[in-house]
Amino acid sequence: MKAGSFEWHPARSADEAVALLAEYAPQDGRVIAGGQSLVPSMALRLAFPSHLIDINGVEEFSRVRVEGGELVIGACVRHAAFHAPVEPGPLGRLLTQVVHNIAHYPIRQRGTFCGSLANADPASEWCLVAATLGARMVARSVRGERVIEASEWFQGIMTTALEEDELLAEVRLPLLPAGSRAGFYEFSRRAGDYALAMALVAWRDDGGTMRDVRIGTGSVEVQPRRIAVAEALLEGRAASPEAIAAAAAAVSADVDPLEDIHTSADYRRDLVGTAVRRAHAQAGD
Amino acid sequence: MASKMAITLDVNGTEHEIRVEPRKTLSDALRGDCGLTGTNVGCEHGVCGACTVLMDGAPVRSCLMFAVQAQGRKLRTVEGLAASPGNGGKLHALQQAFIDNHALQCGFCTSGFLMLAAGTLEQQPDIDDASLREVLSSNLCRCTGYQNILRAVRQVRDAGKGGAR
Repeated sequence: MKAGSFEWHPARSADEAVALLAEYAPQDGRVIAGGQSLVPSMALRLAFPSHLIDINGVEEFSRVRVEGGELVIGACVRHAAFHAPVEPGPLGRLLTQVVHNIAHYPIRQRGTFCGSLANADPASEWCLVAATLGARMVARSVRGERVIEASEWFQGIMTTALEEDELLAEVRLPLLPAGSRAGFYEFSRRAGDYALAMALVAWRDDGGTMRDVRIGTGSVEVQPRRIAVAEALLEGRAASPEAIAAAAAAVSADVDPLEDIHTSADYRRDLVGTAVRRAHAQAGD
Repeated sequence: MASKMAITLDVNGTEHEIRVEPRKTLSDALRGDCGLTGTNVGCEHGVCGACTVLMDGAPVRSCLMFAVQAQGRKLRTVEGLAASPGNGGKLHALQQAFIDNHALQCGFCTSGFLMLAAGTLEQQPDIDDASLREVLSSNLCRCTGYQNILRAVRQVRDAGKGGAR
């Protein structure tokens, strides 16, 4: 239960961080931000990096700002930053609703939004938000910067499009337009546990008609994703209980659920339909 | 093996100059190198919360940080809650409330719960009951069934004494 030996390299700037990463990534070096998944993995000897590049001292990574219609979340912005709305619109309110489902209060003081995206656990709430709302991930290395769409980012269980010498410098979430409604629901056996299924439902209310419908699921398959067939059932329709039930059934029929010691595939398939209905019911104005 | 690094930890206002390998957790450094054994270590992977301390006022799991990362930060542990013996030794309001409400039995989780509650009440003196339940679900107690812990923390909140002795 003690981590293996490593060399520690605290970075003071983004440039220094990517330079250290370029040097040490080929020698089994990794980035540490909040460390709330990495450190337990090291304690359990599931991970034993030889070098840790620590980005907690990089001031520019701790900023969250709105820019060009996007919420820009720096690499070291903690989960706890979202306990209160980080922007006044529907997105800020949604993130405040979601954050309470992430682990526990002390974990949220250290763990980071971008760390969750880089870790890409299938049960990550922030990964579901990113996949459903179409986040753009900004990867930085000594070779430069590139933007990776959410549709390209997730590549299976705990696997992303990030190259070994790249650092996830920021995540850009599109703001939800005025009049948007969005709701989130997850089911877990105990407070703070990994979800067995979760769903995010967002749409723009156009005089009682649902537009730009997004339905995403997490903790069900190997990675979070939007369920286009269910979104199509609601697009341009009124949000009646019958329509929501039909969309939830379409989600259950479409997913290819994971099985584990907690749940059979059939149970998860049923549960995710319930999660969709409850996420819709949770949606605020 | 990585060589040891000389670091300074500021714990309860006292500077501790220690030499640690980077892999040493903050909890192990507090106990083994600073001699502050009030912080307990249970699961060592962030699940139980027995090792909770305050860093710059926020409750954190000290087993999920390396000691080298805590340089330059203000740390507080359970030893810093009560007044020093030379200063009357008066207990912190939370410590007294835990005694009065029978909020501990074996005591292993108590220092973690005290620091969790102290940090939370300092950050949110008017925290509502539902939010307090959510926060106190962070740590594990296998003796009390939690109700007496909730009662003790609510009592201190209601008296407006979150940060007081």
